[in-house]
Amino acid sequence: MKKVTYRNQISKVLGISLVVFLLSSISLIAQDEAMVVEPAATEDASGGDATKGKALFNVNCAACHNLKKKMTGPNLYKVEARLMEDEGLDREWLYKWIKNSAGLIKSGDAYANKIYAEYNQAAMTAFPLLSNADIDNILAYTAEEPKVAPALAGVPLGENRGGAKASGISNEIILGALVLVFGLLVMMLFLVNKTLSRIAEASGIAMVKEEARTRTPIWKAFARSQFLVLVTVIFFLLGSAYFAYGWMMQIGVDQGYAPIQPIHYSHKIHAGENKIECKYCHSSARKSKHSGIPSLNVCMNCHKSIYEYSGNGEAVSQEDLENGYTNEFYTGEIKKLYAAVGWDEVEQKYTGESKPVEWVRIHNLPDFAYFNHSQHVMVGQIECQTCHGPVEEMEIMYQYSPLTMGWCINCHRETNVKTEGNEYYAKIHDELSKKYGVENLTAAQMGGLECGKCHY
Amino acid sequence: MASNKKYWKSEAELNPDDSIVEALRQNEFVEDIPVDEFLGDKETLESSSTNRRDFLKYVGFSTAAASLAACEGPVIKSIPYVVAPENIVPGVANFYATTIADGFDFASILIKTREGRPIKVENNKDAKVAGGANARVQASVLSLYDSTRMQGPKSGAGEDVSWDVIDAAVKANLKSGKQIALLTQTYASPSTSRLVEEFKAANENLRHVTYDAISEEAALTAFEDRYGERALVDYNFEKADIIVSFGADFLGDWQGGGYDSGYSKGRVPKSGKMSRHVQFEANMSLTGANADKRVALTAQFQKVALAYLYAKLNGTSAGGEIPADVQKTLDGLIALIRKNKSGAVVVSGIDDINVQTVVLAINEMLASKAYDSKAPRYTRQGNVKAVQSLIADMKAGKVGTLIIDGVNPMYSLPNAADFKEGIEKVDLSVNFSTNWNETAAVSTYAAASNHYLESWGDAQIKKGHYSIMQPTIRELFDTRQFQASVLKWMGSDNSYYDYIKETWNTFVLNGSDFNKAIQDGVFVSGGDLSDPILMAAGSDKEPIAQEAAENMISASPVVGIASAIRELANAKGAEGMELTLYSKVGMGDGQQANNPWLQEFPDPITRVAWDNYVTVSKADAETLGFVNENVANGGMDGSYAKLTVNGVSVTAPVIIQPGQAKGSVGLSYGYGKKEGMKSDMQTGVNAFALYQDFTNIQSVAITKAEGNHEFACVQLHKTMMGRGDIIKETTLEIFNTKDHAEWNHVPQVSLNHQEVPATSVDLWESFDRSIGHHFNMSIDLNACTGCGACVIACHAENNVPVVGKAEVRKSRDMHWLRIDRYYSSEETFEGDNTKKDDFDGLTGDNGSLGGFGELEDPSANPQVSFQPVMCQHCNHAPCETVCPVAATSHSRQGQNHMAYNRCVGTRYCANNCPYKVRRFNWFLYNNNDEFDFHMNNDLGKMVVNPDVNVRSRGVIEKCSMCIQKTQKSILDAKRDGRLVADEEFQTACSSACSNGAIVFGDINDKESEVAKLKESDRMYHLLESVGTKPNVFYHVKVRNTTEA
Repeated sequence: MKKVTYRNQISKVLGISLVVFLLSSISLIAQDEAMVVEPAATEDASGGDATKGKALFNVNCAACHNLKKKMTGPNLYKVEARLMEDEGLDREWLYKWIKNSAGLIKSGDAYANKIYAEYNQAAMTAFPLLSNADIDNILAYTAEEPKVAPALAGVPLGENRGGAKASGISNEIILGALVLVFGLLVMMLFLVNKTLSRIAEASGIAMVKEEARTRTPIWKAFARSQFLVLVTVIFFLLGSAYFAYGWMMQIGVDQGYAPIQPIHYSHKIHAGENKIECKYCHSSARKSKHSGIPSLNVCMNCHKSIYEYSGNGEAVSQEDLENGYTNEFYTGEIKKLYAAVGWDEVEQKYTGESKPVEWVRIHNLPDFAYFNHSQHVMVGQIECQTCHGPVEEMEIMYQYSPLTMGWCINCHRETNVKTEGNEYYAKIHDELSKKYGVENLTAAQMGGLECGKCHY
Repeated sequence: MASNKKYWKSEAELNPDDSIVEALRQNEFVEDIPVDEFLGDKETLESSSTNRRDFLKYVGFSTAAASLAACEGPVIKSIPYVVAPENIVPGVANFYATTIADGFDFASILIKTREGRPIKVENNKDAKVAGGANARVQASVLSLYDSTRMQGPKSGAGEDVSWDVIDAAVKANLKSGKQIALLTQTYASPSTSRLVEEFKAANENLRHVTYDAISEEAALTAFEDRYGERALVDYNFEKADIIVSFGADFLGDWQGGGYDSGYSKGRVPKSGKMSRHVQFEANMSLTGANADKRVALTAQFQKVALAYLYAKLNGTSAGGEIPADVQKTLDGLIALIRKNKSGAVVVSGIDDINVQTVVLAINEMLASKAYDSKAPRYTRQGNVKAVQSLIADMKAGKVGTLIIDGVNPMYSLPNAADFKEGIEKVDLSVNFSTNWNETAAVSTYAAASNHYLESWGDAQIKKGHYSIMQPTIRELFDTRQFQASVLKWMGSDNSYYDYIKETWNTFVLNGSDFNKAIQDGVFVSGGDLSDPILMAAGSDKEPIAQEAAENMISASPVVGIASAIRELANAKGAEGMELTLYSKVGMGDGQQANNPWLQEFPDPITRVAWDNYVTVSKADAETLGFVNENVANGGMDGSYAKLTVNGVSVTAPVIIQPGQAKGSVGLSYGYGKKEGMKSDMQTGVNAFALYQDFTNIQSVAITKAEGNHEFACVQLHKTMMGRGDIIKETTLEIFNTKDHAEWNHVPQVSLNHQEVPATSVDLWESFDRSIGHHFNMSIDLNACTGCGACVIACHAENNVPVVGKAEVRKSRDMHWLRIDRYYSSEETFEGDNTKKDDFDGLTGDNGSLGGFGELEDPSANPQVSFQPVMCQHCNHAPCETVCPVAATSHSRQGQNHMAYNRCVGTRYCANNCPYKVRRFNWFLYNNNDEFDFHMNNDLGKMVVNPDVNVRSRGVIEKCSMCIQKTQKSILDAKRDGRLVADEEFQTACSSACSNGAIVFGDINDKESEVAKLKESDRMYHLLESVGTKPNVFYHVKVRNTTEA
């Protein structure tokens, strides 16, 4: 597996960011244009507001319906027109169905029963709170031509790549030019010097060079002075010991470890852009020592309906493009998930043939150290980011903290125990803080530095 | 007074000149690191071409290479569930109630599982009956992960077959018209009984024979004769004030065991009262070791004594000769019983119908409160007559199909040869067992059976008390339990689970919820049970074939009391010596002989692991020329004895057992298994060969055999350097009448020329532990029976390695918790001193010539004390001050911490520990072929507790006071924002102790049980004079010596 050190990462990021900076103005403008181009509010023939409809659709329907694709329920693109054409059912029927599908099925409605049977007798949730107008809006939205993910439409891929290249070349040219200028300067100085000495020779002024011959060279003087040599050697030894120590202490510390995972899972998209709470997926961090890698059924809670990625729709950042993080790429990763969990997209059901995902473990404490997530997350109320870093910005997950004992201890020394409203601490905190004469006890004062608290 | 008593662990200690005892006492590590093995051999050294420079080169290179290799960390994969089970959170343990009913052990237990793996057995505190797991039950979780288990059905030749083949063969054979026989263990299972009845109804020529390897035939028959049901009396020793036992090891496995927790409750003096327990027995049993008075008596005299007791209580006389001192003891007892008839109970473990009949009669006559014949136990149902008649039918070729489940007759039958002859004439034999065994080898098919933790089942341990067995893990291999197979053969589509549910809903639950019963694991039915099917299967009365009748034990169906008494009073002695066969706490009937935890478990009495042996009294040993000697490495050697019973001979090593009745020897079952076992596990000899006519008392001819046996005996290991005041004990009388300063004497030291209590003097400044938790452990020497459940529980909880016989012998066993057994002479030596002073002349009545011989040999019948010792977690710990790397340190909560990764293995701490509780990892005990036990294979490692480190070579380890458990309790409370309840603080040993001897808790919580126990007058610390201020304290042992 690839092992990238943290420092490399930073330099790379700096380099790339320069490139990105040069490009940023262009992409920003493109984004603005896209926003403007989007149709503001198309009024449907029947009087629905498609924009409002979209919002309602996303809130109420999207969990089970898609415009173009069969999911838990049928696709809804032009549903009204299709119903009218195929079954001769009007909007009134749709009102009834949406507000109380079960009632309609019970009433013996032929089509209602047919569709109920077709979709594995999974009853559609009743939406009694939707008004007819709301439903009109939704239908207006479904009647619209769904936008084919305009991801790459806005900025053609090739062109963009070209742009990136162009800017790279221009940089090189600038650098080359600078080198040239420096070279010229050096040459000029040399020439000037030569000319001047020639003039001097011509005018008969002798160059004074004797001084240098009589004086002992500085390195010889240095070598003769034992004291200086000694001091230098000591400095040298100390310095190398310092670096050797620093290097040795790096052994076994995998800070910055960012292995390639079997599925490219982007915390940036999930935790950053979509603001999914960490503990939604890592739920066992609340009650267990392990934060737990989510089982695939947790992924499927959302990815049953999110079958493709279109987040890059309006603007793909240059960096993403360079890495190949396109919509197709992410959609492909979702398909990997489906293959692993055994989800048949067409039939919308599990095949039962699953293949567990072998993630590469990033954070790995040695066996002799006991660490409990729930203690820190629930009792200590520490943010996940405190140890794991800006996960919401990590496209590729890496180990942010060194996870060394010194690092643990430091935090225990500095962090106050969260005692408010916790009856467990009521008495012990009172007594101990009085004993130590402090307002708030640190984890260390509570006994968080004792060997046996973590090593058993 | 306690201080006048001399305590000793081994016979050898009584000899003041024994240099080895002294060496063992002074050295924590008897043997140095055996460098001689590779350095001492000069020739090899000289002939080797490696010179010093090469050596340094290699060392330098390999160090550099190793450190370079360490730079690149390994890639670790984490594989989450595809679909996570609803109840499993990785890292959080789940507990399930289930039941063990393997035909020998019956108990309602809880199983702790982690990520779906069962890793630990806990007691089910909801169970009113048999809710305590003994050492074997505690260890049974490891048997689940036995790498030698059968992984699928096999043919008798050892080839793999499919279940379809077996099913087809059985179905075809059921129709053959010949007899069909089920030979099974005792199930005590309502569902299995019902299933067998239905199977019987479907096949009219089918019979069900129940067979117990260790039979309770006499007790069952006596009970059946008296009460009309084949069952066993249930005793509640808690209610008994006077317990009289004639050879009944009721703290061991007598009549199914499980009586120890009730017994212990009655043994703790409360408001000046405790039960009085008198034991008449030949072998030194666990029960005898706990008795207030133990009379070493051969079975012959036990019978006479029982007759005497009955007659006297009845106001008649029985006749028969008994030794005078025994009669004196009996008379005292009788007087005592007369005062409190219903408070007395009499039990016996002699396999004799007369004895068992008289025992029932006495208890009825006394109207004993401890005696319950109305709701008896069903834990033994074997029928010897039925077994013998089955073997006779098999030999006659009448049996067409034989299905065996849960028993191993080829190993455990004394007449295994007959069985072999019989089974060869059977058309089809199917043997259900988890492991390949002796019977599997002679059967047509060896059907791989589920371990109980993979099975469904139920049990009615006591009438009206039901337990459910539920699987705690899916079958690890291609196995199927017997009941599921029977359902299949009957053509039923139901699973056995469905069948149990149906049985319970119809017959047991009486409207209660089945799922609730599964969750609780136990169910007590209120009403009377009338359904005949549900009466346990023991009542099947087989028509006994004529030709088998002569093999039967000669007992008339109904024994009259009068004739029984007559027979007992005239009991004849054995020809030669009398052999009493018994089962050891660790091994039982040998079902789990392949379990390394149990093999390594030192027997509570002899302190010998990895063996069984002949126990012989010192006097007999001298006559027969047997010796036990301790050798320089701390091991013990013993002579071999050849035992012959009716022409069957067995050669076993000899242990000279203090307290063994003269003229008797003992030998335990459960050893000597060979088939399907790893070579390391093939220990001991098979005593079942001598178990003739299913009687535990045999006449035996004994001779000395060649050679010396090397025992793994730990009795002299880890002694406390000859310091006194380890055990404190007193009598009930003194306890009730005198001040505790007198019987719980605190040692005095001189400070500024003043005598002051040792506990008040200190080298160190005291650390304030009044804030937060301060853990203490209380061990009551009165409640501790020495059963060893805690030792195994500690093994399981803390991943304690198994080191094997050779290492145990070198005192390198790794038990964090040991149970020291101390002998002491019955009374003080003062009596002897007086007598010696009174000597008058060389001969005559007071002559010294005879007098010295009469002086009681302290090892003839010693008193026994058990003392569990683990790390004492001293507040002023000597180990902490000598550790050069601060690997061991003290916590505010009172626990002495041990950071394994910091330890460099100087072993200074072990040397400086006055209690000798620190263990050194001499080798790497996991992933090491030299120690091929469970930690050397992936299957066995599944039992490892993920919350506790597996230690590596070269570090010291010791009891942590289960810090992983206390930390978990604290965390749970913190997370819920509440205080920790008292009962939440537990260690593995305290929660395993169903006797209430070990209590653990926080003494800063003044309401906690342990805080109250610390205030008790009986409280003392081990080696108070050393000034270590331990956080473990003991309670002075009180013996009830009321003679009359």
